Amino acid sequence: MKVLVPVKRVIDYNVKVRVKADGSGVDLANVKMSMNPFDEIAVEEAIRLKEKGVATEVVVVSIGVKQSQETLRTALAMGADRAILIEAAADVHTDIEPLAVAKLLAGVVKEEAPGIVLAGKQAIDNDMNATGQMLAALLGWSQATFASELAVEGDKATVTREVDGGLQTISVALPAVVTVDLRLNEPRYASLPNIMKAKSKPLATKTPADYGVDVSPRLTVVKTTEPAGRKAGVKVGSVDELIAKLKDEAGVI
Amino acid sequence: MQFGLNEEQQMIVATTRAFVENELFPHEMEVERTGHLRMDLVREIQKKAIEAGLYAANMPSDVGGAGLDTLSWLLYERELGRANYALHWTCVARPSNILLAGTDEQRQKYLYPCIRGEKWDCLAMTEPGAGSDLRGMTASARREGTDWVLNGTKHFISHADIADFAIVFMASGEEETPRGRKKLITAFFVDKGTPGFTVREGYRNVSHRGYTNAVLEFDNCRLPESAILGEVHKGFEVANTWLGATRLQVAATCLGRADRALQHAIRYAAERRQFGQQIGKFQGVSFKLADMAMELKAAELLTWEAAWRFDQGSVTEADMSMAKLKATEVLAMIADEAIQIHGGMGLMDDLPLERIWRDARVERIWEGTSEIQRHIISRQLLREHGA
Ligand SMILES: Cc1cc2nc3c(=O)[nH]c(=O)nc-3n(C[C@H](O)[C@H](O)[C@H](O)COP(=O)(O)OP(=O)(O)OC[C@H]3O[C@@H](n4cnc5c(N)ncnc54)[C@H](O)[C@@H]3O)c2cc1C
Ligand SMILES: Cc1cc2nc3c(=O)[nH]c(=O)nc-3n(C[C@H](O)[C@H](O)[C@H](O)COP(=O)(O)OP(=O)(O)OC[C@H]3O[C@@H](n4cnc5c(N)ncnc54)[C@H](O)[C@@H]3O)c2cc1C
Repeated sequence: MKVLVPVKRVIDYNVKVRVKADGSGVDLANVKMSMNPFDEIAVEEAIRLKEKGVATEVVVVSIGVKQSQETLRTALAMGADRAILIEAAADVHTDIEPLAVAKLLAGVVKEEAPGIVLAGKQAIDNDMNATGQMLAALLGWSQATFASELAVEGDKATVTREVDGGLQTISVALPAVVTVDLRLNEPRYASLPNIMKAKSKPLATKTPADYGVDVSPRLTVVKTTEPAGRKAGVKVGSVDELIAKLKDEAGVI
Repeated sequence: MQFGLNEEQQMIVATTRAFVENELFPHEMEVERTGHLRMDLVREIQKKAIEAGLYAANMPSDVGGAGLDTLSWLLYERELGRANYALHWTCVARPSNILLAGTDEQRQKYLYPCIRGEKWDCLAMTEPGAGSDLRGMTASARREGTDWVLNGTKHFISHADIADFAIVFMASGEEETPRGRKKLITAFFVDKGTPGFTVREGYRNVSHRGYTNAVLEFDNCRLPESAILGEVHKGFEVANTWLGATRLQVAATCLGRADRALQHAIRYAAERRQFGQQIGKFQGVSFKLADMAMELKAAELLTWEAAWRFDQGSVTEADMSMAKLKATEVLAMIADEAIQIHGGMGLMDDLPLERIWRDARVERIWEGTSEIQRHIISRQLLREHGA
């Protein structure tokens, strides 16, 4: 069985983001970019499936600017076998919307015929949480979102989902789209020998036209603002005063 | 010239930095405060380093290393160099390249176990009476039948306490040269436990807490001919051919610590307020930062250029000495100024600055003192003019 893992190049989670002066988005020029952390978890899970003998090949795909190639190389260095880059944007500030991404992925799925698509539950840049679901709908496949455990057996996958206030375990028929949550695994380091080997692994470059998909935006960003700064704290004199304030002012107890 | 890092190099930096920050930094305080590195901790981190392919990554790929070019290797060294030296050297060891010079049998016995993390090496040249002037060594090896008998003392030998064996350089004879009599040197493998070989606790040292040094004593220590590394009387030749760019390794680890100190200083200058504003707004502070960043970049460029030349086969002794000299002196300056910018807080061991400042001191002494580096550079300048 082949596993397909979409990976997105996003602003590194350690970077303190700055809103562009015109409010059209976040400034990404000369900012450190990395693989979306949820996608890293998906890559790790795919590699583990291969190590367990469940998967035979791990294919990673990224949609975006040319530099997304770096993100793909990281996935290859972690242990993925092959990569596909769909060059869909020229400017680092262009974000391809979930529906366009899902359509492109559906095109890749038709070519590659994977048994499972393992995706991050969302990208940490725009937090859409939509691509995996849209892809499943376009393909007419089963879907299991927010996975914190995954077991594949025969033509079924058992997925434990992180839902509000607890866990839900479901069984889905394969092929399926599974989106992964934070607690599924701890991604490995791309090992040094594998980094050196990644260079020689195949990386194919495609365009949206190859899949007949129009990626022009349908949404308009009206405004982007920074979160309100934190207000200065207050010092309390005693435990009693603290409890009183938590009760009366904060209303949390 | 091309100055950017390629994709592999960026990934090497990212992996090594993540490992250093996640697996080494959390244990620094313990090692610094106790002056001791626990062996159970070493085993735990070592296992992870092996899994991440970071262990012995300096080695070629055909013997189980990462097969890096010199610049990539030094980028890895720079990242490791950010952390406490005992932690990174012991838990993410880089076995000496000289082990590659061994025979098949010696490789089986010493090289591969070091790469697999089953053994540690140490390298003994320095003696109480012979430091910069290594040819002046008096510890000796004398032939007796088919055996060799070793006598004398080596000191300052790093991590000989945990090493399973030592590569020891001994005076094995003398030869007449146009410039007078010259000692001949032979290198030997000596296993711990060999009769006549004792390792004694060394000195307490201001730099690199937890990173020990030891005194090695040889009292009629008898070795077979097969213990010789390379050829008889060709110890320095084997060292020169195989040791590789150890001066650049020192430079790179210093660049890592200097960058760590500089980043602390920049953040603090932007955060700390006195007299109603961020101290970074005072020129007395901001100009320090400018000089620190500029000097660090200069040291980096010297090091990366020497690395590039090393792989081109065009590196000179002076190139490597300049990189080592500059990086070690810049580290000392940056560590000192970073503390100054932090005021009293810079001296406290809650921050890594006081130790970076202490650790900087040895770097201008080992692997050739700053004076010896200047001697090497100036000799190259003057030699062609007949001076
Ligand atoms: C912590 C530590 C760990 C070490 N680990 C090892 C190890 O693992 N293995 C090993 O073999 N050695 C090791 N060394 C030894 C190290 O390489 C020597 O300390 C170094 O080579 C300097 O020798 P020395 O200390 O004897 O100083 P000396 O050579 O006695 O120098 C004293 C002073 O004289 C100056 N000087 C000497 N010659 C000249 C000259 N020609 N021109 C101008 N100035 C000169 C020096 O620059 C220095 O300022 C270690 C040292 C330390 C401190
Ligand atoms: C071991 C120790 C013992 C001490 N004992 C005592 C004690 O017994 N009693 C006591 O009261 N205090 C004590 N101190 C505090 C000491 O006096 C302060 O550390 C010192 O005054 C510097 O203040 P700071 O550490 O807050 O640094 P800061 O004032 O925050 O200075 C940080 C940096 O900003 C620079 N800077 C600040 N203002 C300007 C400016 N206007 N222009 C240019 N640069 C500027 C400083 O020079 C420094 O480089 C002690 C400190 C230490 C380290």
